[in-house]
Amino acid sequence: MEDIVVLNILVLGGIALAAAVVLYFVSQKFAVADNPKVAAVEECLPQANCGGCGKAGCHDFANACAQADEAAFAGLYCPVGGSKVMQQIASVLGFAAVEKAPTVSVLRCNGTCENAPAKVCYDGVSSCRIAARISSGQTGCPDGCLRLGDCVKVCKFDALHIDPVTGIPVVDRDKCTSCGACVNICPRHLFEIRPVAADGSQVYVACRNTQKGAVARKNCSAACIACLKCTKINPEVKVENNLSYIPDTVDPREFGEALASACPTGAIIYQRGTASKETPDD
Amino acid sequence: MTKLKTFSIGGIHPDKYKITTDSPIQDAGLPETVYIPVKQHIGAPAKILVQKGDKVKVGTHIADADGIVSADVFSSVSGEVIKVEAVEGEFGYHEDMITIRVEGDEWEPSIDRSPGIVRDIPYTPEQIVAKIREAGIVGMGGAGYPTPIKTAVPTDKKVDTLILNGIECEPFLTADDRLMVEKAEQIIIGSKIINKVLGIQNAIIAVDENKPRAIAALSKLTKRYVGVNVQACATKYPQGGEKQLITAITGREVPSGKLPADAGCLVQNVGTVYAIYEAVLKNKPLFERIVTVSGDCCKHPGNFLVRVGTPASFLIEKCGGLCDETAQVLFGGPMMGTSAFNINAPVTKLTSGILLLSDAMTHKELGTDCIRCGKCAEVCPIGLQPFLIGRLVRENMFEETRGCHVSDCIECGCCAYTCPARLPLLDFCKLAKSELKRKK
Repeated sequence: MEDIVVLNILVLGGIALAAAVVLYFVSQKFAVADNPKVAAVEECLPQANCGGCGKAGCHDFANACAQADEAAFAGLYCPVGGSKVMQQIASVLGFAAVEKAPTVSVLRCNGTCENAPAKVCYDGVSSCRIAARISSGQTGCPDGCLRLGDCVKVCKFDALHIDPVTGIPVVDRDKCTSCGACVNICPRHLFEIRPVAADGSQVYVACRNTQKGAVARKNCSAACIACLKCTKINPEVKVENNLSYIPDTVDPREFGEALASACPTGAIIYQRGTASKETPDD
Repeated sequence: MTKLKTFSIGGIHPDKYKITTDSPIQDAGLPETVYIPVKQHIGAPAKILVQKGDKVKVGTHIADADGIVSADVFSSVSGEVIKVEAVEGEFGYHEDMITIRVEGDEWEPSIDRSPGIVRDIPYTPEQIVAKIREAGIVGMGGAGYPTPIKTAVPTDKKVDTLILNGIECEPFLTADDRLMVEKAEQIIIGSKIINKVLGIQNAIIAVDENKPRAIAALSKLTKRYVGVNVQACATKYPQGGEKQLITAITGREVPSGKLPADAGCLVQNVGTVYAIYEAVLKNKPLFERIVTVSGDCCKHPGNFLVRVGTPASFLIEKCGGLCDETAQVLFGGPMMGTSAFNINAPVTKLTSGILLLSDAMTHKELGTDCIRCGKCAEVCPIGLQPFLIGRLVRENMFEETRGCHVSDCIECGCCAYTCPARLPLLDFCKLAKSELKRKK
């Protein structure tokens, strides 16, 4: 009996030893020279593999950084790590750091349960993309939030939650990394990555409805009615297709308060300075 | 007893609920206002020819086909155009529609309104196709593909079999059934018109065996019309699908991504054939159709001859109105139809039924996880694996669904109907199809 045990150990051990020797020589022979910079860059990255940079993952991004020259490097940006991580990578590679204002994702819809009450009962699949194919949604607004939370499911950073009172998703600005997953998944294209001013303030039009004011207001009291009042405060604000849009160049510190208070429907949302976790209208 | 013909793989047997089989077609009458959408077909929306304030008659050409894959639209009533802009449609989305206030019932003089049946076909194939195009006819089975393109088969393809689709496999719907009973001869003459275009002599009218009256009405006439055969088929859903019907009747398979003409067949819905008869021999464009109003919450169900553009709510009122139990109003059948967001939405060339269903009939528990029973793959008439497609869609792996041939899905809903885990497999397949189309 013991002989068999010993024999087994010897035979299996022998095979393992032989395989190890073969593997050692094979790995020496077929070794791929790895760019040491890639590993160094990867060390700095957040390893979220979210794809927010446009590459297939953090390793792919590190590869791109390591191969890039000064000009190409300026075009690369990790939205999750932000300027801090890009500075680290730049010092590893010996380039000048790229400075970009911090950004967060914002929901361009204010169709809360109060503003846009449900007209019909939807009891289908709990997915915005499927619901958007079936009808204009419970509220009747053909461009508004469907409240079924595809964005919440896709967010890897726990930065999106459906507010139980308003019914629409709220972005947690401390957690949002502007990876852009919500922008891509939303069938109504309601999310936008927008820069935050130095004091954390932001101003944007929370509506994407392009119907005429009277039609839009039938479904939602907070719809943009293209009254043009915002354009009088800052001429950079554009109104096209019955919808106002505030470009990034409008400084929220200077115009935010005035724009939000001028909007008669409450479609313009002004996020006050010093980043808070809740949007002010909640 | 000989075995009835049917397609080879998959299929289900939902409850029939054909409660309106014996209700004769009634005229639905005229509503106060009609909303005529400019897109009632696959392809480009038609270009609007009228303006606010214009007076139109029944059969007036009000929108012109934009390109080849498109169809003309005709006024279904006489009166005044009061609005030419987007109106909330069936799904809650705004669609371009021509709103007409009804005044009297004055028809275009070119339309032959005499009750007699015209039997001579004094036209050349080219003239027939032109007449079909000028009447704005589209496939009335539900797909809405413009009929002139389908009928004018490319010269490199040889069609040897014409199949008339009298299979109405959706529960509740009886519009085609009643049409075959009441307009049997017109349908057969219509098939002769298509025969002339194709240059062949035969036509097979496929009817499922649960429509004995339609089979009897058509069979009585086949002695007089040489080449027309009535083929009774086994009742199975989705036998009315074009590719399924071809397999059932001829045993041929339409290859993936190809058209029935590649299998030497042309399939036309009986409603379309009747419209072709009226267009070619009676000069009547397509502006009315048979609609079944039914459902377990419908007080007075029936089959109606409805003008295109009539709001569904008008028909619902005519049939006794909504009751407290009505949970859903469907446009089309319960298997492939859509739940309406807006019941004031109009009946189009493609609306075969309006169903009022109770919560007990429509409510579906939320899906659990797939238990890998494989029933969905068993019933899929195309032979797809819906459970796999559903899984990929849930992981957002749309590109991979291409390998599962999701684009061959006919959206019959057998998979979702049969799934014991109540997974919305049909919704997953539809989503995958639209995502793939978007990326292409």
